[in-house]
Amino acid sequence: MRIAVYLPLLLPALAALAARPLADRLDPRLATWLLTVSAVALAAASSAALALLALAGLARIPLVDTVGNWSARVMQRDDPTALWVALIAGALLTAAAAAAARMFWRRARTLLAAAAEAACLPGTGELVVTDDPAAEAFAVPGRPGRIVVSTGMLHALDHAERDILLAHERAHLAGRHYLFTAATQLAAAANPLLRPLATAVAYTVERWADEHAAAACGDRRRVARTVGKAALAASRTGGRTRFPAAALGILGRRPASLRAAGPVPRRVAALLTTPPGRRTLPLAATAAAVLLAAALSSIEAAHDLEALFDLARLR
Amino acid sequence: MPANAHSAAGSPGGRRAGGALEAEVLTVLRNAAPQALTPGEVRAALGGALSYSTVVTTLSRLHDKNVLTRTPRGRAFAYTPAADEPGLAARKMRQVLENEPDREAVLARFVDDLAAGDEQLLRRLLGADLDPGQ
Repeated sequence: MRIAVYLPLLLPALAALAARPLADRLDPRLATWLLTVSAVALAAASSAALALLALAGLARIPLVDTVGNWSARVMQRDDPTALWVALIAGALLTAAAAAAARMFWRRARTLLAAAAEAACLPGTGELVVTDDPAAEAFAVPGRPGRIVVSTGMLHALDHAERDILLAHERAHLAGRHYLFTAATQLAAAANPLLRPLATAVAYTVERWADEHAAAACGDRRRVARTVGKAALAASRTGGRTRFPAAALGILGRRPASLRAAGPVPRRVAALLTTPPGRRTLPLAATAAAVLLAAALSSIEAAHDLEALFDLARLR
Repeated sequence: MPANAHSAAGSPGGRRAGGALEAEVLTVLRNAAPQALTPGEVRAALGGALSYSTVVTTLSRLHDKNVLTRTPRGRAFAYTPAADEPGLAARKMRQVLENEPDREAVLARFVDDLAAGDEQLLRRLLGADLDPGQ
């Protein structure tokens, strides 16, 4: 219970720093899986650590020890956790559970509504064309999912580029990418330190779909140009007034540098370079090792607390 | 947790999102078209588990949003979808559902909004490949 219990609380900060470089360098499919599993595992490990600290604090309260069968005095003497640490841990754990539950409820509702929407869209085919001058294209998850494209977007693209757009959106639906983003956002709700991982996964699923479209058409440069053209058409026709980037907290970035750029130029730049290959395996292995450390330290801390309870057992 | 409209309708006791209920009602009416339906008929088609007033409220809300048109029939109104023209219907559907919380997050958009500076960056990256005239 000394250091091991605090390690899962520190690792999310480390993962947050690594998220963006991993998203930029790893193969997008591998990056999506790795970041999603990391986010969920780290959220679980940090919540478990908070629970252990809070439990250790609870066990020192003299009245509680009569309910269970241990000595609060032994707990107070032998547990290195200060009471104020346990209290803060308890408060944080409560907040994390409430935030995660709220996020889960909201996302489940929205996915259900989207599925209903997908079923209600006109026609029976996968593709729905809306008569709208604003250039728009998106996939609606459902059974089956649907792809909505506005006439404004169709006009902005040529025939081959439309196929690329469809291949991209089909990859989202077939790969159930909304589940990855939902899982990481749930983890980030439970532990806000993991927010950069959620942002990174929102980007890697786009890259995943881009690479899928590139494999389908065999021309990465063509895909890059399609993404660029579609983005410029969307911004020119001004279909939307919302700014998801601002909502995610990426405000105040400076223009004209790829480091500070939004997701669209980064996707285009990634498509214009060589595809990320197997060289990135050591990077993935390192990230996996960090995860393993988080899991092991959680187990170690749980063990320590159990030993403490054994020591304090009265009869 | 993907589910279609029918599984949403299959949990009549549970609370459901306003948008989901509106979508279900709209599906019922669309399947019945060109026949217009009264609130009682819509309620029966939804399984009868919802209260009559819930159905009436939903129908009049959709009517207020110009998604449905209505004609008097007996002591009630009979409702039918306002437009069968696909584009218009889809756009209205979108407006109806856009009030769902974090709906943006579950839609997979082809391109995000461009931030300040992104456009210059795109032009720099793609150069002559982009056709500014189009």
